[in-house]
Amino acid sequence: MSAAVSLIDHVAEQFPEAVIASHSYRGDDTLVLRHEHLHEVAQFLKNDPAFQMNFLMDLAAVDYSVFGQGPTQAFFASSGVALRPSPQIPDDDPWPGPPEGARFVVVYHFFSTIHKHRLRLVVPVDESALEIDTVSDLWPGANWLEREVWDMFGIGFHGHPDLRRILMYDEFEGHPLRKDYPVKKRQPLIGPVN
Amino acid sequence: MENYPSYFTSRLSEALGWARKYSIFQYPFITACCGMEYMATACSHYDVDRFGAGLPRFSPRQADVLFVVGTISHKMAPVLKRIYDQMADPKWVVAFGVCTCTGGFYDNYATVMGIDTILPVDVYIPGCPPRPEMVLDGLMKLQDKIQDQHTTGVRAERQARPDMFDTGAGK
Repeated sequence: MSAAVSLIDHVAEQFPEAVIASHSYRGDDTLVLRHEHLHEVAQFLKNDPAFQMNFLMDLAAVDYSVFGQGPTQAFFASSGVALRPSPQIPDDDPWPGPPEGARFVVVYHFFSTIHKHRLRLVVPVDESALEIDTVSDLWPGANWLEREVWDMFGIGFHGHPDLRRILMYDEFEGHPLRKDYPVKKRQPLIGPVN
Repeated sequence: MENYPSYFTSRLSEALGWARKYSIFQYPFITACCGMEYMATACSHYDVDRFGAGLPRFSPRQADVLFVVGTISHKMAPVLKRIYDQMADPKWVVAFGVCTCTGGFYDNYATVMGIDTILPVDVYIPGCPPRPEMVLDGLMKLQDKIQDQHTTGVRAERQARPDMFDTGAGK
């Protein structure tokens, strides 16, 4: 695991102004990055011989607007099966909330097929300017993943060659995985609204 | 002798119904996991060919029965409607699986809450997915319906769907 810890340290040394925070939990290394530095860090991760992150495994986004805003109910509280799964889980929400108080974060999961190591980048996005740099020029597979994030969350990707909806139809209004999208809202192309 | 034409005509329509119900050409519109059960039904263990429905046509122009197999999303709905419109009369529709019947457990922005909101359905086969026995049962019900239709000369009225969707959608 010493090699795993050094992945974080290595990036933090190279880009001290880019890294907001980091943690490593059971071998999952995570870096929280400022979005201004995303592209140069990503380029470094892909090309540096010590990293060689040649596989972008996943690219997703999280809407924290209701998540982590207060103590959550214990698991299964509504079902009556088990009010508390374990006394080790604290009453207060163990989740510290979104990094930097940002509403959205974009999460990148990298894997190196050469070194067999993984790294996760968490990039908070400013809600007033919902756009970050694309990485589709580095990993072509990011093209559709970024389109999906745009479709579902409305986060733009600067420099993306073809930023259109990918899952929903063009006539669809809004971004359905945002927490403020009404659960009951329906936008059928044909047929009744139900 | 005056009675012959009427007598003969009714027998002909029954014969037509008999021929039609045992030569169902299906169009399988398969979008999801129900397709596996459809394939199981079509293959030799359950052998849908025993009922004369063994030849799927992948052109709607050649098909008699539209098998809608699997969840239909709002994005897919216009495609399904167009496929239905392209089929030549007489035509029937089977809703295969609970997603096509009612939307199933999906109640979200993406899913059509039952294909009978966009096209007329003749037979509903619920189940998630339905077992091949249920599919064969549904197919036989469809055969009865086709035969009835030719015997009586009237197609059964489409029943109005109960108004159960006052969800406040769109507000």
